[in-house]
Amino acid sequence: MPEGQKEGAAGAKPKSARAKSADGAGKSRYDFVEGDRYAPAPESSDHVSLRDSYQLFIGGEWVRAPRRIETINPATGEVLAEVGEAGPRMVDRAVAAARQAYEKTWSEMPGRERGKYLFRLARLIQERAREFAVVETMDGGKPIRESRDIDLPLVAAHFFYYAGWADKLDYAFPGRRARPLGVVGQVIPWNFPLLMAAWKLAPALACGNTVVLKPAETTPLTALKLAELIEEAGFPPGVVNVITGAGKTGQNLVRHPDVDKVAFTGSTAVGKLIQKDLAGTGRRFTLELGGKAANIIFDDAPVNQAVEGIVNGIFFNQGHVCCAGSRLFVQEGIADTVVRKLKRRMETLVLGDPLDKNTDVGAINSQEQLERIRVLVDSGREEGARCWQSGQKLPRKGFWFKPTIFTECAQSHGIVQKEIFGPVLAIQTFRTPEEAVEKANNTPYGLSGGVWTDKGSKIFKITSQIRAGVLWANTFNKFDPASPFGGYKESGIGREGGLQGLAPYVELR
Amino acid sequence: MSTKKRLAVSKTYKLYLGGKFPRTESGRYYELKGRKDTLLANVSRASRKDFRNAVVAARKAWSGWAATTACLRGQILYRVAEMLEGRAGQFEEELRAQGATPVAARKEVTASVDLFVHYAGWSDKYQSLFSSVNPVATPHFNFSMPESTGVVAAVAPEGSGLLGLSSVVAPILVGGNTSVILASHARPLCAITLAEVLNSSDVPGGTVNILTGLRDELLPQFAEHMDVNALLVCSDEAGETRLAQERAAENVKRVIPHADAPLAESPYHILDLQEIKTTWHPVGV
Amino acid sequence: MSAPDPSFPDLRTLSTIDQVGVEERARRFQARSIKKESKLSALKLAVTMLDVTTLEGKDSPGKVKQMCVKAMRPLPGDPGIGPAAAVCVYPRLVRVAREAVGRSGVRVASVATGFPSGQSRLKERLSEIRYAVGAGADEIDMVISRGKLLHGEFRSIFDEIVRCKEACGEAHLKVILETGELQTYDTVRIASEIAMAAGADFIKTSTGKVQPAATLPVTLVMLEAIQDYHDRTGRMVGMKPAGGISEAKTAIHYLVMLKETLGRAWLTNEWFRFGVSSLTNDLLMQIRKQQTGRYQSADYFTKD
Repeated sequence: MPEGQKEGAAGAKPKSARAKSADGAGKSRYDFVEGDRYAPAPESSDHVSLRDSYQLFIGGEWVRAPRRIETINPATGEVLAEVGEAGPRMVDRAVAAARQAYEKTWSEMPGRERGKYLFRLARLIQERAREFAVVETMDGGKPIRESRDIDLPLVAAHFFYYAGWADKLDYAFPGRRARPLGVVGQVIPWNFPLLMAAWKLAPALACGNTVVLKPAETTPLTALKLAELIEEAGFPPGVVNVITGAGKTGQNLVRHPDVDKVAFTGSTAVGKLIQKDLAGTGRRFTLELGGKAANIIFDDAPVNQAVEGIVNGIFFNQGHVCCAGSRLFVQEGIADTVVRKLKRRMETLVLGDPLDKNTDVGAINSQEQLERIRVLVDSGREEGARCWQSGQKLPRKGFWFKPTIFTECAQSHGIVQKEIFGPVLAIQTFRTPEEAVEKANNTPYGLSGGVWTDKGSKIFKITSQIRAGVLWANTFNKFDPASPFGGYKESGIGREGGLQGLAPYVELR
Repeated sequence: MSTKKRLAVSKTYKLYLGGKFPRTESGRYYELKGRKDTLLANVSRASRKDFRNAVVAARKAWSGWAATTACLRGQILYRVAEMLEGRAGQFEEELRAQGATPVAARKEVTASVDLFVHYAGWSDKYQSLFSSVNPVATPHFNFSMPESTGVVAAVAPEGSGLLGLSSVVAPILVGGNTSVILASHARPLCAITLAEVLNSSDVPGGTVNILTGLRDELLPQFAEHMDVNALLVCSDEAGETRLAQERAAENVKRVIPHADAPLAESPYHILDLQEIKTTWHPVGV
Repeated sequence: MSAPDPSFPDLRTLSTIDQVGVEERARRFQARSIKKESKLSALKLAVTMLDVTTLEGKDSPGKVKQMCVKAMRPLPGDPGIGPAAAVCVYPRLVRVAREAVGRSGVRVASVATGFPSGQSRLKERLSEIRYAVGAGADEIDMVISRGKLLHGEFRSIFDEIVRCKEACGEAHLKVILETGELQTYDTVRIASEIAMAAGADFIKTSTGKVQPAATLPVTLVMLEAIQDYHDRTGRMVGMKPAGGISEAKTAIHYLVMLKETLGRAWLTNEWFRFGVSSLTNDLLMQIRKQQTGRYQSADYFTKD
């Protein structure tokens, strides 16, 4: 346990002689009382099948792309596997395969049958959930506790949820008939690689579209393993195609003239480029972009749970979360208490090996992202905000960043305005609810927000005033397949999840 | 319009901006000619600055209009229908002056009245239609509901001076948005008269702002303005739609393209200009 | 650090508790995976934190004596294990226990004040405390009047605890809230605050006679109350979950929660106890398992 933990004891020392454990002197660093951390509890990875090399999944076949890129484990820097980089011809081929599958099989198949494929896929995912969780953690750096307890259950649940919609689309849009759009090009990010694949694939397929999916360059493995499951589940060839590559591959897919709809999750900057690219083409798109969510703590909040919500809001997945609660607004009367408790709690976060079951904060996804976080944190210091970091030791290999908070932030500071996409929280205080709402909305983003108060009527007032697509009251960073997710303003267009998540994948007649 | 004995008092067609009827700040105009090349009006040719002022007015009006109860918004839209009906003669005359047959003019006016009545009825119903309570797997109460998108800029159909405009204004308005609308260039007269109807129907000033002018000049401004949340474009020109969509990307504006024709009555047009907000709350004691 | 002069707490300053949030947090502690050296040292620590308890109508001097032997030497042949913190009995058996534990360091705790319902008159409750202390009890586990608490008579509860604390003299006072009857975490929080302000040395969840007894979330609520009280006053207060903890695995979850909430200063039996009647042997079996690598059988562990 790191040093700051002692803070709570305020100098009181363990002094009962009888409490001394029998081990006497020379205690291990893993001693429950005296040690500085828990003994390693690595998730076993001997059941994981990972190949050295992966091909593109096109038209039900594994196709080798001549250009190769390596994907590494960000916690160690070691190469996990190499994957293909799809060039323009491969993108063409994938889109053509999807078109053929759309016309020959998928769009003509009764919804009931499409649904059964998705149900079957959900089951296969459940059966191999642990293996996928391990790979997700190795490839992306997120703690196994999260990939195991959050990502994978949600992935399976998402397919399960939309499987059930496949034969019920006539009930989803009153007065209208829903028809599939055709071939969908989907480009997904590296923060929730498999979960984002599920968010994209499940509704698209349920509605009768076929898909070309491009996972992120740094985290391609679980999407490729998902393609293996799709093959195993017996999906008709070409219904789902997975092509790997970097930004250029994604761009070629997005711009491909035979793609009827684009779904993108990623940065706002790229989202704007996509919106421009698609202008005038008549092709549809949905965008899930960046955020800078305000988490507002009123002085009548359940403080200890609010502190937990703050931690979950910004340190979940190392802060690599578009809806992260990266701006904290605390009502001034409890600001000192909240910050004190927050610091104490941050010291108890276990940072390190993402495969360790006790790890709370894993590795930063890439060198590039780590650099970006560093630059923004340095700018925060330079601008005069007060920086505090918890005392965890960082591993020598791999990419890491300490849980970080800034106090004395001003609305004009870069760390308050820019999306950092890392474990960095900017804290501001406020006096009146109007002030909190005004500052919360004073951003081009509008993805999510948090409100903490014990007063029900205040919750409804404040949540209705915050311009964001997902509002968490007395909780934060909760996700569910039945719950629509998506942003206002520059945080994106369209919703994923729930009934409303069907609309982007159908044409209404 | 005229009688033998007295000189007719003809109407000056201006802009509708922040609840007032100013001339364009630019002082520019274009001539609207009727049959036999008679001058119908010197129509204000709104500038980018007029548009900017209109957006400021719309933004200012938005929080109030969005917070107006659904029931009251419905009453106000119904009031618009009443006022429209009461001025039916004037609208028909304007439509005829701009080239419509008497039958077509009458039809367009009654359709517009009925359209406002139709949307008035949606004011407190589309929310139920498009909302959901979502059965999440954790102990939380989770619901989604539509909220107005904010400030909407719209280019009304060119070919339909009143019905086209009404079919754009009504779904924007009933959904709690405020708007800046560019009226038909060739058929602008009804737009300003409709503005008078809105003005006398308890639609708060700034909630709907109507400009007349040139599409080429104003559409890029509509698309680029960073404080406009959504852009509705009725156009058959691929180039216009493309330009709108391209320029709108800078603030991830929602662009809703339509053909250059009146929009059919549909709650989905209301939904197009709504954002879905999902709220989570723990369920416990 | 001794208790300051008791003054009634300002309950308006207490933060409320969100049930879903606190239960979610408690589950996080259960997700910790405590292995190898960490596990062994946690198990050994847990043994030293036991308040080995018997509170049944059929308790006999013989049973109490046996229990004391077990408390003093939980694992015959391995002096490195234990002893337990205390034995906990009814007042009438305090003398027997006192004699049995002698100078071993194991303390004698006695329930008092009309255990388990707390329904007798204050005068009788106080005299019960004095009787138990006189018979040699080091610690008194008192129950509060839940009826009064639920009825909102907070001041009266406070005064009673103050009187009980006086009656304890040198003996430590543990205040049992009987959280299973308090309905909400907010009430638990209020009761904790009143007990600490009135001078409790420990706050304790349950008598063991009411379900639910100790749970992780309710213990978390009380630990957070202790932390806030400590932040405010500088005085440390101990915590005793009691009832329903019968597996070593559960005990470790409690210790993880303790460590990550209050910190290592509380990781001794001076500040944390398990009120248990059947946890001991599972702890011992798990210790043996850690030491030998073999899963154990109950036949090899004495039942006292």
